[in-house]
Parts: sequence; C-alpha cells; structure tokens
Amino acid sequence: MTPLSIAFLPLTDSAPLVVAAELGFAEAEGLALNLIRDTSWATVRDRLVYGQVQAAHLLAPLAVAVTLGLSQTPCAIAAPFKLNDNGNALTLSAEFAAALDPRPSNRIDDPIATAHDFAAAIGLHHRKPVIGTVHRFSSHALMLRYWLAYAGVNPDRDVTLRVLPPSLMTEALRAGEIDGFIAGEPWSSVAVAEGLGEIAAVGVNIWQRGVEKVLGVRADWAAANPDTLDRLVRALDRAAAWCDDPANRAPLAEMLAQPRFVGQPAPLIAQALAGRMPLRPGEEPVEIPDFLVFHRGAANFPWRSQALWIYSQFVRWGMVEASPEAERAAAGVFASDLYRRALAGGPTPMPGASMKVEGSIGTPLAAATHQGSLTLAPDRFFDGKTFDPEAISAYLRGLGA
Amino acid sequence: MRIAIIDESGLRATILEEGLREAGFDDIEVVPPTGAFVARLERMAPDVVLMNLGSPSRDSLEEMLAVSRVLARPIAMFVDQSDDAMIGAAIDAGVSAYVVDGLRKDRVKPILDLAIRRFHAFSRLQAELDEARTELAERKSIDRAKAILMESRGLGEPEAYALLRSTAMNQGRRIVDVTEALITAAGLLGGPK
Repeated sequence: MTPLSIAFLPLTDSAPLVVAAELGFAEAEGLALNLIRDTSWATVRDRLVYGQVQAAHLLAPLAVAVTLGLSQTPCAIAAPFKLNDNGNALTLSAEFAAALDPRPSNRIDDPIATAHDFAAAIGLHHRKPVIGTVHRFSSHALMLRYWLAYAGVNPDRDVTLRVLPPSLMTEALRAGEIDGFIAGEPWSSVAVAEGLGEIAAVGVNIWQRGVEKVLGVRADWAAANPDTLDRLVRALDRAAAWCDDPANRAPLAEMLAQPRFVGQPAPLIAQALAGRMPLRPGEEPVEIPDFLVFHRGAANFPWRSQALWIYSQFVRWGMVEASPEAERAAAGVFASDLYRRALAGGPTPMPGASMKVEGSIGTPLAAATHQGSLTLAPDRFFDGKTFDPEAISAYLRGLGA
Repeated sequence: MRIAIIDESGLRATILEEGLREAGFDDIEVVPPTGAFVARLERMAPDVVLMNLGSPSRDSLEEMLAVSRVLARPIAMFVDQSDDAMIGAAIDAGVSAYVVDGLRKDRVKPILDLAIRRFHAFSRLQAELDEARTELAERKSIDRAKAILMESRGLGEPEAYALLRSTAMNQGRRIVDVTEALITAAGLLGGPK
C-alpha cells in the first residue's frame, strides 16, 4: 500500500475523495489515503505547496493562481482530474432578495433578468451590498463577477466582495454583516434551512458546465511519481462514477454527514446531490438538473480551455498581467495528458481533443473520442457568449474589458 | 518591530505574547479574527502577523493583504523559502506568519522559532487540560452511577464500585461507558438520579 495524504475542505464536492478513501476504490489501486480536513483554502494550499500532503481538494482558479504566483509562494500545480462541475449557489438575505422576482424559481430560471434586478437593487439598498465569497481565486467569485458584470455592475466598485470561510457565512448572514453569499454546498442549503436567506442564482444556470474543484498535486511530484498519480486518478474516476449514480445518493449523503467529513445533516447534503433544493425557507424543493455533476459527460476531464477561461477572467479583473508565458502556464495546469495516461484503456470515455470552444454546445453533442462513446452536455454561458481559447484578447474585448 | 497576533484562543495568544515580551519584543497586539479585525489591523500596520494555521479566517486575512496596504508588501508564511526544516516545523506546530518584505531574515527567524515553541507549549497544555477535564467528567459519572446502585440495590459504596468494574470487564467496555449507560437508563426509568 502506498500512503498518500490529501487535504480537503468540508464541502459536498469533496465526495469523490471521501468515497475513494472510504469505499475501497483507493485500496483497490494499492493506495492508503489519509484525508486531512482543513478550515481554510490557505492552509490546504500551504500543505500542498510545502509538501505536507501529496494532493489536495482545490478550487480550480486557486490551482491556476498558485501556479502563476498570485497566491503566496509560487508553485507549479498540476490538476489531472476535476472533482466536479457546478454545485454553487448565490444566497441572499430576504431583505435584499425582495427586490428580485417574487417567485424564487423564476429568479434561478432567468439569470439575465435576475442580474438586472440585482443591479437595480444596489442603489435602493441601505448600504453598498456586501456579498460573501470564499476566496478571491474561487470559481464562485469568478462566476459572480461574470454574472454581475453582464448587468453593468462593476464588482470591484458597486458591491463589496468579502472573503469569509464557508463555515462562517451563515453566521455572518444571520448577524447582518453580509447581504448574501456565493459558496459551494451544503452552505446555501444550510442557510435556507435555518431561515437565513433565499437562493437567487445557481452556478449551473450561469455556466452550464462550470469548472469547480480539482484534484491538485505539485507538478514536480506528478513528474516524480507517475505510477502513484495514475493509480490515484483511476481510484477517483471510479469513485466519481459511484458518486454520480442516483442509487448511491442516500448512502453518500450519510457518509459525508459524518463530523470528520462535512459535518452537516444528511438531508441537507442530499438536496444538492439530487438537484432538488428548496430556494426559500419552508418552500417545496425545486428541480435543478445538473446542479452538481461528479462524472457524467466527461465531467472529470481537465479541458485546457477551461483553465484558460479562468486565466481570461484573471486578466479581465486585473488579477494578472496578460502575457504569453502566463497564458501557457495557466493552460498547463489542467493536465489533460495525465488524465489520458491514467485512464487509457479503461471504461471512461475519453475526449479526442484537449481544448474546445467553451459555451458552444447548445444541445447534447456526440464527441470524437479515443475510447468509448461520449456525449458532451450543453455548456452554454447564460449570456450566450462563447470562449475561444485561441482568441482570448478578442474574447476580452467582447466583454468590454 | 510591530507584531500582530491574530488568534481566537485567548490562552494561545497569551502564551505567545508572553514569550515574545520575554524575548524583548514590546510592540505586540492581539487581535481576535472577528468583526472588523481587518480594519483594526490596517490601523496597526504591523511588520509581522502571526496566525494559527488552523484558523478558518486565514483566507480573509490573505484577501486583506491582497487588496489593502496593511503590510507594504507582504510575503507569505516564511521568510526563507529554502529553509524546508523551518517551514515543516512551523506547519507541524500550526503557525503561519506573514512578514513585511525587506525585513531581514535574521530578525524574523527568532520570532518564528519562538512562535513554533510557544504553539507546541500551548498544544501540550491544551492536551493536559483536555485530559484533566475528561478525568473530572469521568469521576463525576462514576460517582453518580455508584449513587444510583447504592440507592436502588441497597449496596455499599465499595460493592457498587466493584459491580460497575466487573460489569465493564465482563463486557470489555470502559467503566465510564457502563456508568453513562446506567445513568441514561436510570433517567429513562425515572429512578434515582
């Protein structure tokens, strides 16, 4: 058995790691996983960068940021496997949400109208709205910025984005310190269940296949331990498939509910797994297909174009200076080559390309593959824009950046 | 040199602050990571910020370091990236440090060394406290269980204790597990408490 330490944060999308460790998928590959639960992304990052763990549950943009030297010690990170797509929700206080469509399901179904309503509500609110985000380099923060900017909101000027640990979001909302937050599950479900807020937008309706968490390893470790990494990716591939099977939702929710993992009630965790969530306290759950995707449609495949989309947003918001070197380094973080090597010859279908025009698939599309048959799910952005990774400057000009 | 200690544990902060003062640092402020701690730090403009690695507020602090001018140009965690042993020791001890750029390595190292030692001292103290607390709770539980047995079965104290002990041994359980079960059962049955 090869021992491997992996740092994670108590979130529903740590599921593939938890399942790999708990249900024998890692053991079958000769790996003994030691999962280390942390309370901040900074500490997960430090453990990975300084070699206290070999792998980590990471925000995809943080993996890119660490590689580009934007988040403390620069360190080349490789993400050979995405742990999930989607899974975020924006929860607003009832007071702020009152300015939006009175029916919560209309809000999430029509993110264009909701973005405009949000923009209009800013001036009427008693203060500049304070929205909690979990990290500057989180998928959630990038998605919120993208969505608000569509309606003419400057996220650096018109709202205050306040970084808070997910576990303190609900308390901050209760205390009125923030007017809402965008975070991964189970935190929106917890806030709604406790009567603190209403879900006003969901990630899947902003970008149908939004990049979320990745498995992050140090690039030098990946190069020195190819066999161990391949085994880890194979274990996670099986574990993610298990997580995505509707028959396994109940046991998965029970498993994650344990205090050593997520530590929140199983029924609340199950809502996101099933994509059936109440949007307002006391109301019936609403169906949100693909709210959280663990495996289907090659969800785990690290498209280099997705890393480049993240990079484009860093450039857009002035977090990094555009340069060919930075662009190359960012694209390299999503290690589709390592994914291919690990899963070659297995049952998981493998896309033939490593880049695609993000946002261009409107209806399920049969894709060219190296193995198996693969249908790519629609990956539209809510504003209908497409991201061509070969033409980033043109894309940014189109966004008015 | 101005040092900020961000900590939610009063005890750990005190232990660290005392150590730093003994070592001759006298410009120290302890800031709990709650409410407007960011604004307070901004006013302080510290040269070094020490923080527990396990604090969930590290991301909030780093955001502040990224957008504000608290530290003129903060560098992360460690002064000398090549000093792997030091970095490992700091992470093991649960210390994170943010240091203003340009501060000489030999001036920062003693602070970090001291923080590491003091964090370890705190962990030991914490473990001892936990142990003492558990021991006290267990003794109370055993006393209550003995009282229940003495009253309901008319036993003397040594006999009541012997019965608890032999039950625990026969069932391969800890005596405190047996006493907790007995107290719960007695409560349910409405018997003596």
